[in-house]
Amino acid sequence: MDFFIGHYNYWIVIILMMVGLYTVISRGNLIKKIIGLNIFQVSVFFLYISLGAVEGGAAPIIAEGVKVYSNPLPHVLILTAIVVGVATTALALALVVRIKESYGTIEEDEIHNLDHSL
Amino acid sequence: MGNQISLLLVVIPLIAAPIAAVLPRGRLPWLLACVVASVCAILAGVQLWNVLNEGTISYELGGWQPPWGIEYRIDALNAFVALIVAVIAAITLPYALLSAEQEIPEEKIPLFYSALLLCLTGLLGITQTGDIFNVFVFLEISSLASYALISLGKDRKAFTAAYQYLIMGTIGATFYLIGVGLIYSETGSLNMQDVANILPSVLHFRTVETGFAFIMIGIALKLALFPLHLWLPNAYTYAPSAVTVFLAATATKVAVYVMLRILFMLFPQGFAMTTPAEELFIVSGIAGIIIASVYAIYQSNIKRLLAYSSVAQVGYMVLGIGFASVAGVTASLIHLFNHALMKGALFMAIGAIIYRIGACRMEQIHGLGKAMPWTFGAIVVGGLSLIGVPGTAGFVSKWYLVSAAIEQQAWISVAVILFGSLLAVVYVGKLIEALYFKPVSDTGKAVREAPMLLLVPMYSLVFANLYFGLDTDLTVGVAQQAAAILGGIGQ
Amino acid sequence: MRPNLILHVVAKFVIPLIILFALYVQFHGDFGPGGGFQAGVIFSAAFILYSLVFGLDRAEKIIPARWLRILAALGVVIYAGVGIESMILGGNYLDYSLLGSNQIAGQHLGILLVELGVGITVAAAMLILFFTFAGRGRS
Repeated sequence: MDFFIGHYNYWIVIILMMVGLYTVISRGNLIKKIIGLNIFQVSVFFLYISLGAVEGGAAPIIAEGVKVYSNPLPHVLILTAIVVGVATTALALALVVRIKESYGTIEEDEIHNLDHSL
Repeated sequence: MGNQISLLLVVIPLIAAPIAAVLPRGRLPWLLACVVASVCAILAGVQLWNVLNEGTISYELGGWQPPWGIEYRIDALNAFVALIVAVIAAITLPYALLSAEQEIPEEKIPLFYSALLLCLTGLLGITQTGDIFNVFVFLEISSLASYALISLGKDRKAFTAAYQYLIMGTIGATFYLIGVGLIYSETGSLNMQDVANILPSVLHFRTVETGFAFIMIGIALKLALFPLHLWLPNAYTYAPSAVTVFLAATATKVAVYVMLRILFMLFPQGFAMTTPAEELFIVSGIAGIIIASVYAIYQSNIKRLLAYSSVAQVGYMVLGIGFASVAGVTASLIHLFNHALMKGALFMAIGAIIYRIGACRMEQIHGLGKAMPWTFGAIVVGGLSLIGVPGTAGFVSKWYLVSAAIEQQAWISVAVILFGSLLAVVYVGKLIEALYFKPVSDTGKAVREAPMLLLVPMYSLVFANLYFGLDTDLTVGVAQQAAAILGGIGQ
Repeated sequence: MRPNLILHVVAKFVIPLIILFALYVQFHGDFGPGGGFQAGVIFSAAFILYSLVFGLDRAEKIIPARWLRILAALGVVIYAGVGIESMILGGNYLDYSLLGSNQIAGQHLGILLVELGVGITVAAAMLILFFTFAGRGRS
């Protein structure tokens, strides 16, 4: 039982990661793929943030009377990764808008048919 | 001051990119990008010279000492790859002017050069940095810029190609990020040198093995290792010509560099041997060479043909890595350099054809070789180099690769390398047949030779192909030195 | 757009507060949680709220798209420029210690300028994203 509860943060990461990756692979709708990609990325953010947590540690801001701080480095790293994720999502959505404008659909199989029926 | 070069290589294109975006339309953004790329090429050359003469350069960003601060750590390997990237950029940019004016809407030209400079920033950054998380950041800078660049292609399929690349590239980068996180959780460090020192003591943890696997898969996606190559053919086919030239000659090469660095320097000696990674590299290298080459033969779009050939060439490089010997890695590095030269020249020639006739399907280029003799000449030399005919750069890399395989007594690999060259004869032959021996299809319009501004960069690469086929001091010498640095090789 | 009195009044009341909060997050970033990324996003949220309530055209009159592009570029140049400045002063890239009279003052000034650059770029980039997507269907 401890194996499950003691590592609950990793279980959340694993579940989110699988949900995200499965969505990216299995969905034909381009927007849903992006949503899946976001869930996948969030799972990694979660992994990093939970790595940085120190039991009983306070937020890493110097204050009087606090001895134990959480590790701020993973948080900083993941701030960068979040920004990268935002940029990726924006670019992906922009591409989907252009795909919709030129194909009239955002379903992968329909786009495939349109490309090969010429 | 000599030390600052390693940083200027990244910062100069970084500053130039936003400036290019706000410059007025016209040729000013192009001029800026050209100057920046040339300066970077010169700096990269000086940097390689410094490294070869004075040894490893370490640069502390913000004056923070490693392993706490980010360190740029330049040895012969980085400097060599950085030189390839910067020189290819400096040659591609003059070429980009005309083809971009034709293929890209005028209002997007400043943004096009801005994205190209950002891509250059990212690629150079990957080569310079000595921090595994920093690699991720630069990897994403270059990737995001290249998704945008690919989507600028004329065909609407460019959007789907860019989208596909974006999805696969992001999954790859995120896998890399997971791997870095797992390794950080065991070592508590991100500095490559520091991680390499700590890793031997924590190697038995499964976390490290998992991290290793995630990183390898992530990079394999980025370098289009067969069977994770599915994004590459479409991306190269529908991107604007100049972008194809630049990406084909640099992006996958930098990913190969990252793989080498992580496999042989970050992880301690012989670690890769204890995992199935080496066998997987050899198997997917062999499969990539054969299957991608066969695919290339059946393509009716010449850009796509060369794109599949690129997948096959990545197979050769990975095969060299798979041997895990100094000779193998040397061969990989030589091929990395030579392939940038030959694919650069070939895609430039194809770009010149597209510039003149606006198409690149097999049946539309019939007989063009006679109308565009110089472009045709470039394709012939590039093609011969791709096959590996003696006297061209391609021969040198094949030679070293075969020697490395013989040294390992990997007879199947030897056979595959030779068979791959035979397949290359077929698809290059098909290209030359269509260009020269087929009768001209539409007689109505007379096609002229490509303009000088396309021919000069093209021929600088063509001559480089011939030059490095004869004088191997630079390539082989530097590659051997670089391979020797990767301490993990040679159990 | 049909005018909605409550929405207009509330928005006019809230927007200055959002901007004020953004500035607080921006300039307090070196003492507490905050910094350029967060401040930039909050700052752009104020403008996004404005354009949601008062319409895209009026928002674009306040900040034309061309300005946004210049601002986004300016932020990156400020950031990289601080780095270059410390190189000119004889240190390494982004070595803030050399920027002030002593190390602490230098670090302070450096991080403030860098975060300002980040804030400007993030705010401008978020607004560019919003205007690009929102304005897509109009023409």
